[in-house]
This record gives sequence, structure tokens and C-alpha cells, in this order.
Amino acid sequence: MRFIGAILFIAILGLVVVAGLTPRAFAQDEPAVGPKPPVVIKPMESHIGNLTGHAADAKSDFRRYCAGCHGDYGDANGENAVWLDPKPRDFTIATFKCRSTLTGTLPTDEDLFNTIGRGIDNSNMPIWNTFSKQQRADLVAYIKIFSPRWEHEKAGTPISIPPEPPVTIESISHGQALFAKLECWKCHGTHGEGDGPSASTLTDSKDNPIRPYNFAAGGNDSRFKCGVTNQDVYKIFMTGVDGTPMPSFADVIQPNDAWDLVHFLRTLQVHRHSKENEVLAAAHGVIPPYVDKSPAPAAPAANKSPSGGQ
Amino acid sequence: MRTKQVLLALMTLPICSSLLFAGTVSGKVTYTGTPAHMKPIDMSKEPSCAKQHATPINVETVVTGANNALDNVVVYVSSGAPDDGQVPTQAITYTQKGCQYIPHVLAMHVDQEFDIVNDDQTSHNIHPLPKVNIEWNKSQPPGTPPIKEKYDKPEFIEVKCNIHPWMHGYFAVLKTSHFDVSKEGGDFKLPNLPPGKYTITAWHEKYGTQTAEVTITGNETKEQNFTFKATPY
Repeated sequence: MRFIGAILFIAILGLVVVAGLTPRAFAQDEPAVGPKPPVVIKPMESHIGNLTGHAADAKSDFRRYCAGCHGDYGDANGENAVWLDPKPRDFTIATFKCRSTLTGTLPTDEDLFNTIGRGIDNSNMPIWNTFSKQQRADLVAYIKIFSPRWEHEKAGTPISIPPEPPVTIESISHGQALFAKLECWKCHGTHGEGDGPSASTLTDSKDNPIRPYNFAAGGNDSRFKCGVTNQDVYKIFMTGVDGTPMPSFADVIQPNDAWDLVHFLRTLQVHRHSKENEVLAAAHGVIPPYVDKSPAPAAPAANKSPSGGQ
Repeated sequence: MRTKQVLLALMTLPICSSLLFAGTVSGKVTYTGTPAHMKPIDMSKEPSCAKQHATPINVETVVTGANNALDNVVVYVSSGAPDDGQVPTQAITYTQKGCQYIPHVLAMHVDQEFDIVNDDQTSHNIHPLPKVNIEWNKSQPPGTPPIKEKYDKPEFIEVKCNIHPWMHGYFAVLKTSHFDVSKEGGDFKLPNLPPGKYTITAWHEKYGTQTAEVTITGNETKEQNFTFKATPY
């Protein structure tokens, strides 16, 4: 009898203990600390010409070469990120600087492919020309696993760039007028030295301070963040540099005017050999004032020598 | 033919009854405590804007009125009124004038188109900073046509102009057509609410959100006030 009582007592005790533990066991389903879950590699693809990139094939390359800055989760929180300025791209928001597509749209696979191969000037993003084209295509696909935008949205349509008109002093002169009218100088400065009145206040979309491009710095090899050719410059202000203060001018500037602006911007790169600087030198380094029926608001009087070649 | 008419009548009946018994929630938004001092904006770098203001305007993060009224608070039905997906058709405009956003907070329905207008003699760039919607950044020199935009997800979006760093505003994109923004005096009004239980949310860019439960039983006006605790920093 006493034996049965003891068994019953143990059984009841056991039930109480189990009942007491169960809710706690459920509560421990999601640990507050500990390793993050592994990245889910979605079957994303990229298409560049005849190449097809597969996200799964870029897993080891991304972890070895990219995650240090961009982070294992593509959220720009790699262990080096705190030391970098400008900050690495956050792939989880899918906002990209160098695009051939309109502001607010996803870049094309080619855009991303070119960015990896070209690197980003004035940043810590190197030129990854050590990768094969296939590796770069695979990495483009891998970048897409971090944002759901790539599953719901198509890439934007590349803007059409009309053929470049010849460089003339008139074209440069009109470009200079546009530089004043569109108030590029508010950030980039009257001489394109990145010292305009708003320059010191600029922040990127994550509130990190950011500098406007200094055209005058750099030598004959000076490059832009998104390329080196005149077409690349054209694209930069027609698409905007998303995630930065640089807006898109696509709705406010006509294609031919845009080319004139490109020609003027080239003369701000005073140490770079270019057709534009040759034309300017032939005009004795003086840009004649642009004559137009509607007067444009002029930039504040410059207290330095006229911009452009000597 | 007759059955069609009867059907039509039956279909319009609930709409009519909901209009007949449309309740209203109205009230005042106020604050307690001492709000931070809003500094006057120095627009001397943009003379064409500075001269539009006889006296410098203040930063608009906290705008208050008489009797502790709090302006620019978005008050909206956050639950209880399922969104019928009908996007308001009236045009709404976000104007840049005197290097200031008018209104400071523009409330809109998801997918509602709105115009961004530049009334100034200077270029602005409109740079909203959404987290869930898509980010874009557009230049708008003087004399250029309005920029037409819309957002497809509900979100409170900070808007800024990088050229004029003092310019700050908000887009309140809501998945309801029952919303209002408290104006001078802190008043708001949410009309055309059919009988039901509602959660009303009030949002302020600095002081966060508050909610209240309101029940509308018929053709009545329920008063619901919100009080935010102001902080002096």
C-alpha cells in the first residue's frame, strides 16, 4: 500500500514537473542570442549577353571576397563596414548608384556586372577584374537573394542615349549655362571642386556624410564613380545616383542639352586630356557667355580664375 | 429589367444606410510639457527664398498653436474600417514655396497620385527617404512641370531637399481613406464612418504614435482627443 502511494506520488510529481516545463520549452523556440540562421540562397539568375549567372555558384566567392564589407546577409554590416567611407552598398534595400535605368528602378544585370568589373572610384570597392566573367555573372545573381524586390520587379529599361554631337565651344558654352541654371554648382561648386554652398551639409540616404564629386581633382586618369566615358557621365545625371543626394535630371533636360552639359563637365577636369579641353584651349581657355532668349539665373560671381583649361 | 432594378436597389441600400448613419470622430490634438524651441531657419544662402519671408520661419518639426494645440499630427483609422481599395481621386499637391514644404505633412491613400510643384525661383531636389517603398531622387528646376508620383505601400516617409538642408517634410501614405492632419488649433475630423468599432491612431513625426478605441453606433459625432507628451530637447 505504501509502495503504491509512493509510485502515485512520483507520478503526480512527474506530471507537475512536465506541466511546469512545457510552456517554457515552447518559449525557448526562438533564442534571443546565438548564431543567426544561415542565408537562404534563392535560385536567382542573371543574364549578361550569352552568360547566365547562378546565385548558388557565387556562394563561396561572395563569402570570401564580398562579405567582409557587404556582410554575410548583404546588409552592409560586414566586419570592415564601420571603417569605410562611403559605406558599402546595402543589398537588402536594392538601391544602386550606377544604373542605366531611371531613378527608383532596379539596375540591369549588365549595370551590376559592369560595376563589379569597374569598381567604384573614390571608395573602397576595388576593380574586380580578377574574376572571370562567369564569376561576376554569378555574383550579380547572388546579390539578388537579399532583396524581395528582385522577385516582384523587373529591372528598369535602360535610357536611350542619342549619338554624341561634336564638341564645340558653343556646346561647352551652353553646358556652362546649364550648369548654372540647373544649379549643379550648389553642391559641386562653381569650378566643380565639390565645394558648393550645400556641399558641407550633404548626407546619403542612411544619414552618413557624403561629398559631391570633385571634377578638378585627379589627373589624366580621373574617373567617375560610374565610369569613364562621356556616355557614363551622361547616364549619371540622367539616372541620378540613387541613395545619394545626386538627383535625376531626366525630366528636366533635353538629350542635346545633356550632351552640352557633358562637354562642359569635361572642361572642369582640368588635368585630364580630352577633346573638350582641346577645344577650350583653342578658344584661349575662355568660355564665351551663352546667348539665349530666356535669361538663366547665373551662378554667383566666381572669385577664382575662369574654370577650364589655361 | 425589373429584377435588375430591384437588385440595383438592394445593392445601393447598404451604401445609403451607411451614409445615412455616418458617424464622425473629431477632436483636438494637444501637448503637455514644454516642446523644444524651434529655431528660426537661416536661408541667407538662398536669397530668393529668404526674401519671401518677412521674418525667418521656424523649423517645423514641432508646430504648436494657442491652448497647447499640436499641428501636423496625422490622425487616421488604423483598424475597424477595412480599406475598400478605393483611391481618392482628388488631386493633392506638395508645394515647394519659400524653400518650405506646403503642407509640411502630406497625407495620402496608398496608390493615390500626387503632384510635386516648385513655386520657387531656385532648383529643388525632391528626395523622399522611404524604407519600404522605393527610393528615388529628382531634380526640379524653376518653371518645370509638376512631378507626378504615388506610393504603393503604407509608410511615413521623410522628405528632404539636399540642396536646401533645412527643408524637411513628410508623406503619410495610409491604407485607409479615413485620415486627417491636425491643422491650426490642433483640430481634426474623420467623417463618414459607418457604425462599428475603430482604432484611431495619431502620429507625430517627433512624438510618435498614440491610439484610441472609438465605437460609432449611428449618426453621431464622437469626440476623441489626443495628448502628446512634449520633450524639451
